[in-house]
Amino acid sequence: MVSSLLPRRPNSRMMELHLTGFESCPLFPGGVVADHGENPLAAASFQLPACSDFDGFQKDAIQMMKPAKGTTTLAFVFKEGVIVASDSRATMGGYISSQSVKKIVEINPHMLGTIAGGAADCQFWHRNLGIKCRLHELANKRRISVTGASKLLANILYSYKGMGLSVGTMIAGWDEKGPGLYYVDNEGGRLKGTRFSVGSGSPYAYGVLDSGYQFDMSVEEAAELARRAIYHATFHDGASGGVASVYHVGPQGWKKLSGDDVGELHYKYYPVIPTPTEQEMADTSAA
Amino acid sequence: MALRRDWVYENNGGTCVAIAGSDYCVIAADTRLSVGYSIYTREFSKICNLADKCVLATSGFQGDMKALQKNLAARHLIYQHQHNKQMSCPAMAQLLSNTLYYKRFFPYYTFNILGGLDSDGKGCVFTYDAVGSYERVGYSAQGTGAGLIIPVLDNQLKSPSPLLLPAKDAVTPLSEAEAVDLVKDVFASATERDIYTGDKVEIVVINASGIRQELMELRKD
Repeated sequence: MVSSLLPRRPNSRMMELHLTGFESCPLFPGGVVADHGENPLAAASFQLPACSDFDGFQKDAIQMMKPAKGTTTLAFVFKEGVIVASDSRATMGGYISSQSVKKIVEINPHMLGTIAGGAADCQFWHRNLGIKCRLHELANKRRISVTGASKLLANILYSYKGMGLSVGTMIAGWDEKGPGLYYVDNEGGRLKGTRFSVGSGSPYAYGVLDSGYQFDMSVEEAAELARRAIYHATFHDGASGGVASVYHVGPQGWKKLSGDDVGELHYKYYPVIPTPTEQEMADTSAA
Repeated sequence: MALRRDWVYENNGGTCVAIAGSDYCVIAADTRLSVGYSIYTREFSKICNLADKCVLATSGFQGDMKALQKNLAARHLIYQHQHNKQMSCPAMAQLLSNTLYYKRFFPYYTFNILGGLDSDGKGCVFTYDAVGSYERVGYSAQGTGAGLIIPVLDNQLKSPSPLLLPAKDAVTPLSEAEAVDLVKDVFASATERDIYTGDKVEIVVINASGIRQELMELRKD
């Protein structure tokens, strides 16, 4: 790729691309020009297509490759900490590419992140955030706050604003100030809050979550509320499904509370009660 | 899309499949390379042996596949020089994910499956999308015939999700010979209904004794 053909953009955001997490063991510490193919260990940067219509190219490329997207996640703060829950379905266009995607990522033993939007975008940048958090710990001899971690991620995503990343994530954790929950997205938005749901199934999840929420719940009640909210979202939203996972973040860190197949949850919440006629038919055929 | 003067991709078709067992891994891919309605060659290998216990199968655009394989093979060689050992399959899996994501804005048009044995000797299969999102699974299919093959594999091999709590064992009960037979059957079936799949299927089996390869003829029409 010839760098002189890079599209000129009116703003200077292109120059501020966060390239952290790219450097691997430097074989040539003198600094090398990142010429593709010449030195695979050179400090890498994102290669860009040499075309005049960058946005059109991205639109067409993403449409052709249909990368995996994920869909219903929620998190809320309550008396005992933070509950984080998600489904596990990934779709590529209309095709279900996986029913067992981990949408709740463990950034460190005290912080969780959720994945919604582009699976690759979320996986990569969450791993990058985990690295940055660990470096912060080593440099400052204390764990990073939820505020700090979410700000790191938000700044990175803002620097790629407009380039087509699709990330709708929540950062949940317990730091010195108590439970913390932030929503961060690819527009560069970062919101502190007590209740969030992200993804195509979020309207359904909000309905259940908002009507059942109380600050003074026990951990079991809160987990059950989260589980039901995810179940109802998977029921109505075609892009959500699989396994409903529920995590709790407390002062000692996070713990996975449950993972239930939503098909089985359906029959648990709405068991099939046979009508008298059906019951009679079943009895006579058994007899 | 193809009318853009700067459109550099093309889909060369083909299908890849991998199945992980308790102590083996089967990776298979057909050998047809097509462009549009033409077959360019019937003898094109989509499989690359990256390491002792790690094999990559790729469908999609073969130009990007070759570039990706060379990139990974070079990185593996550097790793061996620096660490004096082969890369493990999970390590290679993350390397592949990062390599794909580094081209997030100019993607490799490749649909990859990485198969091999993990450090415990158990079979592992990692499946990818074009920009690097990945997941360890028990079996996978990618490519033009994947939509025909995955439902059959789901039917034969579907195991409890690793996300369930309390955890349920997710190992495929199939033996190595049964898994190879299943792979042959699904390729024969996919060849019937997918124009881009056929000619031959290259089957690679990794187990504790090493890597062995088999070729099976498929319909050439």
